[in-house]
Amino acid sequence: MSDALFEFLCRMGDNTLVLGHRISEWCGVAPVLEEDIALANTALDLIGQTQLWLGLAGEVEDKGRDADRLAFHRDVWDFRNLLLVEQPNGDFGRTMMRQFLFDGWHLAQLKGLMGSDNDQIAAIAEKSVKEVTYHHERATDTVIGLGDGTEESHKRMQAALDRLYPYVGEMFISDAVDEEMVSAGIAPDPASLRPGYDAMLDAVLTEATLQKPADDFAHKGGKSGARHTEHLGHMLTQMQWLQRAYPDATW
Amino acid sequence: MSSPESSPYSDTDAAPHGKARATEWPLWEIFIRGQHGLSHRHVGSLHAADAESAIKNARDVYTRRNEGVSIWAVPASAIAASSPEEKGALYEPANDKVYRHPTFFDIPDEVGAM
Amino acid sequence: MYAQMIKSTGEGVKSLDDMEPDERAFQERINAGGKIEPKDWMPEGYRKNLIRQIGQHAHSEIVGQLPEGNWITRAPTLERKAILLAKVQDEAGHGLYLYCAAETLGVTRDQLTRDLLSGKMKYSSIFNYPTLTWADMGAVGWLVDGAAIMNQVPLQRTSYGPYARAMVRICKEESFHQRQGFDIMMKMAKGTEAQRKMAQDALNRFWYPSLMMFGPSDAESVHSAQSMAWKIKMNSNDELRQKFVDQTAPQAEYLGLTIPDENLKFNEETGHYEFSEPDWDEFFDVLKGNGPCNTERLEDRNRAWNEGRWVREGLLAHAEKKRKTAIAAE
Repeated sequence: MSDALFEFLCRMGDNTLVLGHRISEWCGVAPVLEEDIALANTALDLIGQTQLWLGLAGEVEDKGRDADRLAFHRDVWDFRNLLLVEQPNGDFGRTMMRQFLFDGWHLAQLKGLMGSDNDQIAAIAEKSVKEVTYHHERATDTVIGLGDGTEESHKRMQAALDRLYPYVGEMFISDAVDEEMVSAGIAPDPASLRPGYDAMLDAVLTEATLQKPADDFAHKGGKSGARHTEHLGHMLTQMQWLQRAYPDATW
Repeated sequence: MSSPESSPYSDTDAAPHGKARATEWPLWEIFIRGQHGLSHRHVGSLHAADAESAIKNARDVYTRRNEGVSIWAVPASAIAASSPEEKGALYEPANDKVYRHPTFFDIPDEVGAM
Repeated sequence: MYAQMIKSTGEGVKSLDDMEPDERAFQERINAGGKIEPKDWMPEGYRKNLIRQIGQHAHSEIVGQLPEGNWITRAPTLERKAILLAKVQDEAGHGLYLYCAAETLGVTRDQLTRDLLSGKMKYSSIFNYPTLTWADMGAVGWLVDGAAIMNQVPLQRTSYGPYARAMVRICKEESFHQRQGFDIMMKMAKGTEAQRKMAQDALNRFWYPSLMMFGPSDAESVHSAQSMAWKIKMNSNDELRQKFVDQTAPQAEYLGLTIPDENLKFNEETGHYEFSEPDWDEFFDVLKGNGPCNTERLEDRNRAWNEGRWVREGLLAHAEKKRKTAIAAE
């Protein structure tokens, strides 16, 4: 049980860690000051959530690893984030499309976790859900605004959706870890979140005048850790560099 | 007066300007009510494409996730303002921009951070 | 820092007797500690100087995001990452407040931005220096923000209302910036041998550029005299530089780090530190565009602006469509 729970908590924490890192790459170079500030807020929320999820993961594991140890001293194959969140930022449109696609799932997942039998998980979810509700609203507005905006912005948003849609399916695949979480009353079944997500997606894409790709093919291997994309390793070389180069130092 | 074409700034020798683009987001004045029940207070300005995003931007810029606040966003161009006491002939700079100054409404310090 | 680089276009300070009634009333209001507000009469030189000063100040905040942003993705712990990100985000906010203050003078943010991107308007030269190690995050916070605060605190009393109010907000938010930098320096200076070396190296590289932030000596300048009469500049460059050295030297000692100046010593008689002048040739080179990172900084800002254009236009176009639909529905 504690193995599966640790695995589950790493999934939650690695998603927010990796996406928070990606979003923070925008700091200082966003299209307009107001967006720069807003993106930093999203990244700050996600980093904060990471501290909670990975902190709890370390407690559950009980091997003396704290959130920083887990974030900065694991290699690619130990990461359990969705492939979607490790995708590079691309242009601002792709970044916001990735955010929107993730937030929709993230919000549903956190709402489910608020009713978790595990009090610590329920508490983290309750704190996070407020933040993520706002992330989702903001990303939704942006996807609609840019999808429906100019010819160029529409084209770019459609390209972003086409590029990222193959990473949507992984969010709803259930595996042995999920089954254990469901039977222990800890987390919702990922597959159960799909209908609500699809309805949300269809409504937003319609308003954004964007076409959902017909092919439902889903890349997988992120949340299981079986096969990440090449992008994650490069991100880690940057993120973990100081900790790795000076292992005896504290910061 | 915020349109670049009519701005007197383009005449300065300090920094000559090219032709302005018409794509700058409009300016909004932001008013926020804190948790203590006092009136909305002017906190500053920002740019946004429309009212909804003005409110969202205000949340990100001026409240930094403070819960329980209420935000008003008003187009800067919609604010009517009184004239200053000396109505000297020469106030062409920013003739209609008095509304832009950051604490149009005075609220006592005891109100705390909003 | 930022006001210290400004040269005003004034022709020396007029006496009250030489002024027309409007200008005299304006100057008397300033002398009495009153505020000038956007709709008030103001001399054209005052307005132009303010636009330039506030604009450069705003640009400095925005370009200043880059050297620190350079380390956000390499911050060594989650907490350090969050703190640094929050700090750099504050700088974006400060730029935003300042652009808004400048906008009350009849200029738009886009106009000012274009002048930054084309190189017509300047920003503080300090941001043309590279950040090479994590200790630089400490040094920038401790020294660069420390120097900036020296200038920004008195600007809260500047004569132009919107600028003064922006500075009040900025100073309030900025209070943690220097502390976080010093905190990093403490950790480094008391850490491993490698960390201590990194900290000393950062101090070596940032010491003189920080002294340059106050600008060259302005004792003789009539321009400064005019800006000070208008209360858009509150202290002389030398005065602030001295204050900065007096404050910083004991802090370096506390850290066990050596300020790279063999002439630095405390003068018991004056109660101040004596110190070497920075290399002003280097300062003017950087100002002219030949600093280590001038090219990269402007490239980054230009790229961000150009690549963001479709986003700004797209969201505006959508807002316009919505507005038209709403009108049609009425």
